[in-house]
Amino acid sequence: MWNFPLVPPTASKEGEAISLLYWTITTIAIVFGTIVLLGAIYLAVRYRASNNAVDRSNATDSDLRIELAWTLIPLVIAMVMFGWAAKLYADIYAPREGYYEVFVIGKQWMWHCQHPNGARENNMLTLPAGRLVKVSLISQDVIHAFSIPAFRVKRDAVPGRYNAMYFTPTKPGVYHLFCTEYCGTKHAEMIGKVVVLPENEFQKWLEKNAPGAIAAAATAATTGSAAAPATGGTLTLAQQGEQVFKALGCNACHLNPNSPVKVPDLTKTWGDTIKLTDGRVVKGDEAYIRESILNPAAKIREGYQNLMPPYQGQVSEEQLVQLIAYIKSLAGASNGGK
Amino acid sequence: MATTTYTGGQKQNYLNWKTTLASWLFTLDHKRIAILYLVSISIFFLLGGLAAGVVRAELATPKGDLLTSDVYNKMFSAHGIIMIFLFLIPSIPAVFGNFLLPLMIGARDVAFPRLNLLSWYVFMAGAACILIAILRGGIDTGWTFYTPYSSSFAKGEVSLAIVGIFLTGFSSIFTGINFLVTIHKMRAPGMTWFRLPLFVWAMYATSLIQVLGTPVVAITLLLVAVERTFRIGIFDPSLGGDPILFQHLFWFYSHPAVYIMILPAMGVISEVISAFSKRRVFGYHFVAFSSLAIAIIGFLVWGHHMYTSGQSMYAGIVFSFLTWIVAIPSAIKTFNWMATIWKGRVHWDTPMLYALGFMGLFVIGGLTGLHLAALATNVYLTDTYFVVAHFHYVMVGGAIMGYLAALHFWWPKMTGRMYPEGWGKLAALLVFVGFNLTFFPQFLLGYMGMPRRYHSYPEEWAVLNLLSTAGSTVLGLGYLLPVIYLTWSLKYGTVVTERNPWGARGLEWELVDTPPDPHNFERTPIVTRPAYDYNHPEEPTGFVPKPRPVVVGGKDG
Amino acid sequence: MSIQELGKQSATLEYTGEVHHHADGILGEQFETLEQQNTAYLIGMWAFIVQEVLFFGAIFTAYAVYRFKYVLEFTLAHHELSVPIGTLNTFVLLFSSYTMARAVRAAMQNRHTKQAFYLLLTFLFAGVFMVNKYFEYGAKFEHHLFPNAYYSAHEIVEHAKAKGELRVVVEDGREMYELGKTIRGEFKPFKKVSPEEFEQRTKLFFGFYFVMTGLHGLHVLVGMIVIAILIGRALIDHMKSKPIADYMPVEMTGLYWHLVDIVWIFLFPLLYLIGR
Repeated sequence: MWNFPLVPPTASKEGEAISLLYWTITTIAIVFGTIVLLGAIYLAVRYRASNNAVDRSNATDSDLRIELAWTLIPLVIAMVMFGWAAKLYADIYAPREGYYEVFVIGKQWMWHCQHPNGARENNMLTLPAGRLVKVSLISQDVIHAFSIPAFRVKRDAVPGRYNAMYFTPTKPGVYHLFCTEYCGTKHAEMIGKVVVLPENEFQKWLEKNAPGAIAAAATAATTGSAAAPATGGTLTLAQQGEQVFKALGCNACHLNPNSPVKVPDLTKTWGDTIKLTDGRVVKGDEAYIRESILNPAAKIREGYQNLMPPYQGQVSEEQLVQLIAYIKSLAGASNGGK
Repeated sequence: MATTTYTGGQKQNYLNWKTTLASWLFTLDHKRIAILYLVSISIFFLLGGLAAGVVRAELATPKGDLLTSDVYNKMFSAHGIIMIFLFLIPSIPAVFGNFLLPLMIGARDVAFPRLNLLSWYVFMAGAACILIAILRGGIDTGWTFYTPYSSSFAKGEVSLAIVGIFLTGFSSIFTGINFLVTIHKMRAPGMTWFRLPLFVWAMYATSLIQVLGTPVVAITLLLVAVERTFRIGIFDPSLGGDPILFQHLFWFYSHPAVYIMILPAMGVISEVISAFSKRRVFGYHFVAFSSLAIAIIGFLVWGHHMYTSGQSMYAGIVFSFLTWIVAIPSAIKTFNWMATIWKGRVHWDTPMLYALGFMGLFVIGGLTGLHLAALATNVYLTDTYFVVAHFHYVMVGGAIMGYLAALHFWWPKMTGRMYPEGWGKLAALLVFVGFNLTFFPQFLLGYMGMPRRYHSYPEEWAVLNLLSTAGSTVLGLGYLLPVIYLTWSLKYGTVVTERNPWGARGLEWELVDTPPDPHNFERTPIVTRPAYDYNHPEEPTGFVPKPRPVVVGGKDG
Repeated sequence: MSIQELGKQSATLEYTGEVHHHADGILGEQFETLEQQNTAYLIGMWAFIVQEVLFFGAIFTAYAVYRFKYVLEFTLAHHELSVPIGTLNTFVLLFSSYTMARAVRAAMQNRHTKQAFYLLLTFLFAGVFMVNKYFEYGAKFEHHLFPNAYYSAHEIVEHAKAKGELRVVVEDGREMYELGKTIRGEFKPFKKVSPEEFEQRTKLFFGFYFVMTGLHGLHVLVGMIVIAILIGRALIDHMKSKPIADYMPVEMTGLYWHLVDIVWIFLFPLLYLIGR
């Protein structure tokens, strides 16, 4: 229990520079703080009323030179610190070149990160070590803030505009990711992990998680290859759909009791009469399910928000059929074994 | 005014000369209005403190297991709104400014007694709105009401709370207007600007901020309420609005607001350190002008709350520069206070303990403000517990310690009773220790990246959070003690009848009875000596003039 | 002798009279002289006015920000405001400020009937202003220009089309509005917006319009109530034949009224005139 950290890990180049500045300011603070604290106590003790042995003559109450001294010395220190901090800030946050760009969308209450090759992550961000990274940040609803303490960087995700932050991760590892702008009920649960991998491992990860690759892996899993379940042989359509469901990460939010967001209950979707936010009433049939996977924003169930990312381009028609079969099976429909 | 003896053999004073409820609720006496404020804000402080206790209770363990997220969010919002708008902003101005300003400058009352009473009623109306909003389901936007969450997403009684804050804002504006005019026009003959006690200078600077800053937040919050009702699209990007505009308008007031909270406390500290070192405040002019400097420069730094919002880098640089500058006048004051103690005759009574505590804690708070003024580190520390620790050090370790110092210092003058000194010292110690235990760990947590407004957090931060919660229990006890023994002293405390129990300098000590006569002074004083004139102990204290025959029709001749 | 003069005297002067010449009940107990009281009230009123300037100033700033951002949409929207009524209201208020000033002068001269007369004129002018406002607002409501859930930019679109400042184009199967100007019969486009965006932004304009003129109208109403009270008191003073009446309430109300007028002087061009 007593083995708790007092300082965060420093895992980025910018973080090292900011750390140095932080400790310098802290040292100045400790110096001045000690002077004032100890000084005040010392004076109050030395000149206590009962002490008559101390010289109280010539107790002046104004002295221009000392006033100027204790105005100008702090002023000079202040200007130096201001300049250093401003320069460092400009170096870090001014637009830079030669970066690896990731798009991050914040929405109540999850982070959706998108890599240039199409790889997507929810509440997680995998990055290469040793390369400049640019995060382009935006929000889908209210103001959030993307904070990675280990890198000492933070930026607000504002709806309606992109904000950029630049940093260079240095040490492979797993680090905290927090939302640090209060955004509503589950603000404290809008957390995640930043995974920094050495460059070659990162490349492998990118390949594995590119959309085509995920689809291929999911297909491989459903056609009875190495990742087949214990029953062996081919799976039913619904069981294949279950594999795709997990491979694509749908279970992060759906059918998950610890889901960070409020989602419709998929066990009831098939055959349900669904009232939408725009007032329309639709049937939970194959077309509805297919559309809601590819472009969820088109039909939002009443009482829910537009939170689900679209899977257009990430899932094949074959997999859609499998997913639909799986969702049907959740409702207890009897055509789960086509 | 005849000198009537009342039961208990007490001389007539502002407390006992009329005792009906109506005489209190319709009073025009600045001293009684101060007491009305004292009672009401004490109750609000306890409510806000309760909310804080609930928040700390949840944070004692890493999981969010005590409250639902929703309730927790409403708790920290309630804590912030109550403490800032219903306690800190009125505290010293409305209680001690009201009570002392006319006494310190030699006036019979403030310039506008009826406006003063209206101020209190408007304040109570605002408080009622806020408390009803909290009870009817609460607000979970935080005291900062950031859009578009507050304008388009938050459920709850946001608009009612906004109306409440609007009203308390106007109470603040009226008090500010009253004090500005009082200080300009009601000073006794001979009470020149540079003979004024430094508390008056501090109140003047505070009143400037109240009058100039509050209307901006009033209209801004009004627009949020309009947006909630009519969806006009001023702050919500999905309707074409700009959420950063809200932040600019909000912080334009809310940063100077923190100076409304600290400047009066600094004024109190000047008075207390001077009285308990028996020395004139060192560098009087520098301390007086530093109050004005803080007020003025304080209006120019609001953007330092918005470095990460995406505002332009250049704007950030300008705001950061000015923020470093605004730190300097506070440093000047601190050194001058130390020089006041130097070669003084220091008495370690409770008010002085609070003043010394203020100096230590305010300095820590102010110095950690430097980390936040600096652009590069601010971006890392903003919205973490580092900021929470910083502002609690200045607002609680600073402003509230100043309030408690004032409460103890002027308690005998206000009530005619002395508080029990032993308990006073104990409470001061508990407050100091409890406070540090509560908030120092939060600096460490903030540096490690623990975000604000979280009710759950990673396991590795459990110990520090537990320490913080433990400290808050001690702090709560430290605050509870004065509530008890001060109330106790009203009936059982040593009676004080002498005008100047502390042997201090100032019109309120030298020429005003304890407790004060309803009309403050027997005769209008004429001031001929500088403030804090401890250098001439052999001269008779005060300016009690020799009576001359009364001439009907006005002044002599 | 004034307080300041008393203060400058040497320490030999040690006493000021305790009995106050309370000038027939006008002088507050907290004041020493009438001059002190009057100056105090004036400074207080000015402080209040400064605060009002900041109050309106903040919303003017917000308006300026959005006008700059959505200049075309705001310009088209503000064509719906009636410049004739606005101009009439401007003159009405200016004239009311004149009658107010005359009322203040009459009060200083203790001429109660004259004071009541000019105050009444001011009240009536203010009433005309409010009646005009009523008609203006009514027209807006009728045309669904009040920024609530029933808001519609239809009127604005139609009028803009008629003036050649808006053209409907089709893009990707969706209707878009092209905003521009028709010069010598030729339409020069500046930008394209979707109908939803156009409606949002013009709704924002009317949001500002109603909040700004609404707050101003509220201030006019409050002023009217105070003026009505002053008229009553002037008439009562006249009937009681009071030799000295306190002119300060009228002077302070005058200051307030001039503020209300000045706010309108800024509102009118910013909302009604610019962009024409």
